[in-house]
Amino acid sequence: MRRSGLARAGLWMWVAGVLLFLFVPIITIVLFSFDASKIETWPIRSWTTHWYSVAFHDAQVRSSFLLSIKAATLATLIALLLGSLAAFGVHRARFFGRDSISLLLILPLALPGIITGVALNSAFQYVGIPLSLWTIVIGHATFCIVVVYNNVVARLRRTSSTLLEASADLGATGLQTLRYITLPTIATALVSGALLAFALSFDEVIVTTFTAGAQNTLPIWIFGAIRLGQQLPEVNAVVAFVLIIMFIPILIAARLTGSENVVRSAEPSRRT
Amino acid sequence: MTGEHPAVRLRGVVKRFGDSTAVAGVDLDVGHGEFFTLLGPSGSGKTTLLRMIAGFELPDEGLIELAGVDATAVPANARDVNTVFQDYALFPHMDVISNVGYGLMVAKVPRNERKKRSEAALDMVRLTGFESRKPAQLSGGQRQRVALARAIVNEPEVLLLDEPLGALDLKLRQEMQVELKDIQRRVGITFIYVTHDQEEALTMSDRVAVMDGGRIQQVDTPFRIYERPASEFVAGFIGVSNLLERDGRQVTVRPEKVHLVTDGETPPAGAHVEAGTVTEVVYLGMVTRYIVALDAGGNVTALRQNVETQDEDTVGLRGRRVQVAWLPEQAYEISSAG
Repeated sequence: MRRSGLARAGLWMWVAGVLLFLFVPIITIVLFSFDASKIETWPIRSWTTHWYSVAFHDAQVRSSFLLSIKAATLATLIALLLGSLAAFGVHRARFFGRDSISLLLILPLALPGIITGVALNSAFQYVGIPLSLWTIVIGHATFCIVVVYNNVVARLRRTSSTLLEASADLGATGLQTLRYITLPTIATALVSGALLAFALSFDEVIVTTFTAGAQNTLPIWIFGAIRLGQQLPEVNAVVAFVLIIMFIPILIAARLTGSENVVRSAEPSRRT
Repeated sequence: MTGEHPAVRLRGVVKRFGDSTAVAGVDLDVGHGEFFTLLGPSGSGKTTLLRMIAGFELPDEGLIELAGVDATAVPANARDVNTVFQDYALFPHMDVISNVGYGLMVAKVPRNERKKRSEAALDMVRLTGFESRKPAQLSGGQRQRVALARAIVNEPEVLLLDEPLGALDLKLRQEMQVELKDIQRRVGITFIYVTHDQEEALTMSDRVAVMDGGRIQQVDTPFRIYERPASEFVAGFIGVSNLLERDGRQVTVRPEKVHLVTDGETPPAGAHVEAGTVTEVVYLGMVTRYIVALDAGGNVTALRQNVETQDEDTVGLRGRRVQVAWLPEQAYEISSAG
């Protein structure tokens, strides 16, 4: 297909426009985090790393950051275990209501966070579970499981089932097949699913507001700080820092899912 | 190895999937070191039968014995049987040498011996030098060889091959047919080979079982399968065959045994002669195919080698009156049931 130079230029400008729309706000925050002035004005007159130092020494920021890391790690671990087990179950077994269960598993991701949050909150109150780190973890796990499940199920679907038969045929026990064939095949799907789950949990606000007790996770602290409006430059520094932390796992996840081609091209092309 | 028992013995094996019966009662003995082929159209039950011998499917009825030992309920990983899969099923995350050594690794064969045997197997399929390649970096024919090496390295009692050459192009397929047969002779392992390609079956096998509708129609040597088909189905499935009804009996005769007798020629002595009209002439290069409508009813196809054929002998014969002749011993009566 040939495109005229004008159409090409137009297309490029369109892409540039979309990218600007997406990234200008983020870049602005990073720039302002280095602004020495307390009031954000453009252009920035003097530069400083002062706010990073303030944020670093802020006990509230530290404890909420730590809580977020803990919650995200635990939620991710639970999601890895339950999500991959659910994926195996749905993929391997053929039973009545299998499609419904598959849908139910994916639903929490589509469900508005406010509904998940309110539902969990009243459920915890009804049963009498005090809000704590663990209630946050449970809340986050509801949607983290989906991410892992989706990743693993997609990979399993693309993996030839004769691989498992071949392994058994060559004398491998079920455990050996799991260790040498199944896990290596889904390893990158697990890692990318875990990274996405971690990122989702780390910046979650809505479900967290309903499941966190007196403690703040980092997004909740940021949310509060912005509303109070007293520490805006510090918030900018925290956000810029979080941005960098989040960027790395998402980049890795994208790379891992991109490298699946190798797995795919070795798959069978036909069957009679 | 036990000499008195066949490598594989099947008795009354039945497999149903829901309402349909894939294998409808099969009895079969496959001897040690035999190259045995299950031949049939798709849906004839040949692959299901193979999968039951491998242990991937359990029969609903019947008995499977491997070297005289009941293996009907033995799981796939405990059977002394290895499979070459139609899609090769190479492990995509492992290199060639790890793929080949997989069976030895899970059997906890020491590393040194594993390496030696894997390399020997690769050498046998002429893939030395490809040890560290990934399956995705191999051509179809090379993957096929890796799959073969991975199966024979374990020195199984029986090697099962599920249309292993199906994905290869014609030339490569013919090369691999010769090579497979050669490898089978050298390792002396019983091969059970599934194919829908009758030429492949005739070229490689010691014996062929023709399957249709979940049943074995005939088990015989390639020669007898071709020359003495036991049923209409076998006659029609193996090669091209002429089916004629004469005096209420079904008679079959192969096209290359039918002599075309034109004006001025005399039919062979003692031959059965019929008159007819040439309706179609197809020039095929090495041979020419003539279809003759017989006065006594039915059509007969005759093949003629183009040894001294002139141009007018080919297309020019269309519409001409001719005689066809075949020796009585070349025509066989068959049962129409089948």
